[in-house]
Amino acid sequence: MKHARIVHEGVAQHAIERDGQLLLDDTRFVPFDAVTWLPPLADTRLPRTILALGLNYADHAKELAFKAPEEPLVFLKSPSALTGHRQKTRRPAGVEFMHYECELTVIIGRQAKKVKRDDAYDFVAGYTVANDYAVRDYLENWYRPNLRVKNRDGATPIGPWFVDAGDIADPMALALSTTVNGTLTQSGSTKDMIFDVPFLIEYFSSFMTLRPGDLILTGTPDGVVDCRPGDVVVTEIEGVGALMNTIE
Amino acid sequence: MSDAVTGTVFGTLLNFRGELEALGGKVNEPPYQAPPKAPVLYIKPANTWSADGAEIPVPANVPQVEVGATIAMVMKAPGEVAGFVLMNDISVPHASLFRPPVKYKCLDGFLGVGGTLLALSEAVDPTKFVVAVRVNGVLKQSVAFNNLVRDPARLLADVSEFMTLGAGDALMLGCDVGRPLARVGDRIEISAPGMGSLSNTLAAEAA
Repeated sequence: MKHARIVHEGVAQHAIERDGQLLLDDTRFVPFDAVTWLPPLADTRLPRTILALGLNYADHAKELAFKAPEEPLVFLKSPSALTGHRQKTRRPAGVEFMHYECELTVIIGRQAKKVKRDDAYDFVAGYTVANDYAVRDYLENWYRPNLRVKNRDGATPIGPWFVDAGDIADPMALALSTTVNGTLTQSGSTKDMIFDVPFLIEYFSSFMTLRPGDLILTGTPDGVVDCRPGDVVVTEIEGVGALMNTIE
Repeated sequence: MSDAVTGTVFGTLLNFRGELEALGGKVNEPPYQAPPKAPVLYIKPANTWSADGAEIPVPANVPQVEVGATIAMVMKAPGEVAGFVLMNDISVPHASLFRPPVKYKCLDGFLGVGGTLLALSEAVDPTKFVVAVRVNGVLKQSVAFNNLVRDPARLLADVSEFMTLGAGDALMLGCDVGRPLARVGDRIEISAPGMGSLSNTLAAEAA
């Protein structure tokens, strides 16, 4: 099932996808463009931990002139970076290079500590799509990628859907693509991840406890391009969803 | 821990002038290439939080940890500081500052959070903050906050240029050089006038 968090008639609520529309919990149907989309995530008691991978596809690592990492390159984001489907993300004035990153995102479903690879999928509640925008002008070599590049307000659209894990037969064989104003600019497959989802869950849970609602953004493949104000960017993952964002 | 801290806890690297002096010419060498321009930040996620009095688990493969005694400003609302709390930002010692320090700083329990919020008022002058760090009762470090690269107001302004700190978020002012090392069995106590004390004992992580 595909779950959404939306605001409809002033009320934040849960909905599911049904026949190309949103089915509200009160059984009404509403069209996708009649609501405001929130990140498709239930609230958590403690602030959720958001882990994000850099250079996790061999081709993207090559594109950025880095050799493939020997262990995951990971950084953290705060919930303030997240925004929903069909929202806008601001491009700072005067920058030269701001690019999207289409990423399969894992939503943790159970508390996870010292989980073994073979059990890792038991701890996944579902999947969504994140667009982990980066403003490369602000890259510095201290705790790189630094938060000014990667943790800007509303610069990580996520959604539209929380897709139940059981609906994704093989998360390591999903096509990813990005279009900018309708033109295909990025195309890849999750099969090309350097560190796959079970590895990442084993790795992170070896030293930190993951809790329900925590996120792992698993990195992006080759094909990132600069985006300008007005550009409509759609990051899509097969079976998970197509996440739309507009640069302003 | 202070119930004012409910959001994201951010740490700040290289906000003590002594940290930059200790690096010396290395700031211009690979992999850094240049001194930092914007504040260098990191996140201490909720799994790291330890209340005053809590034991902090140390994995068997970590012989000793670094004690990062500091003060965090806690937000009441965007742009509005509620006050200040003690924090003990524990790290696995690491030399390179090139990549985000997740596996060194985000272990379970690796952030002591004080229980006493010193409310912001005209009487509170952050440049006068001094934190005492004791390990097993012995004074190991005294951290004076009169030598920051960015004072709290400036730090908050520069961070707010790219992200908004909301109610319950916290931003640590930084950890000075000379951070004591501690190991399993050690009791770490940090204290500052108006902010009480924060004590945590390092314990071997359960297998």
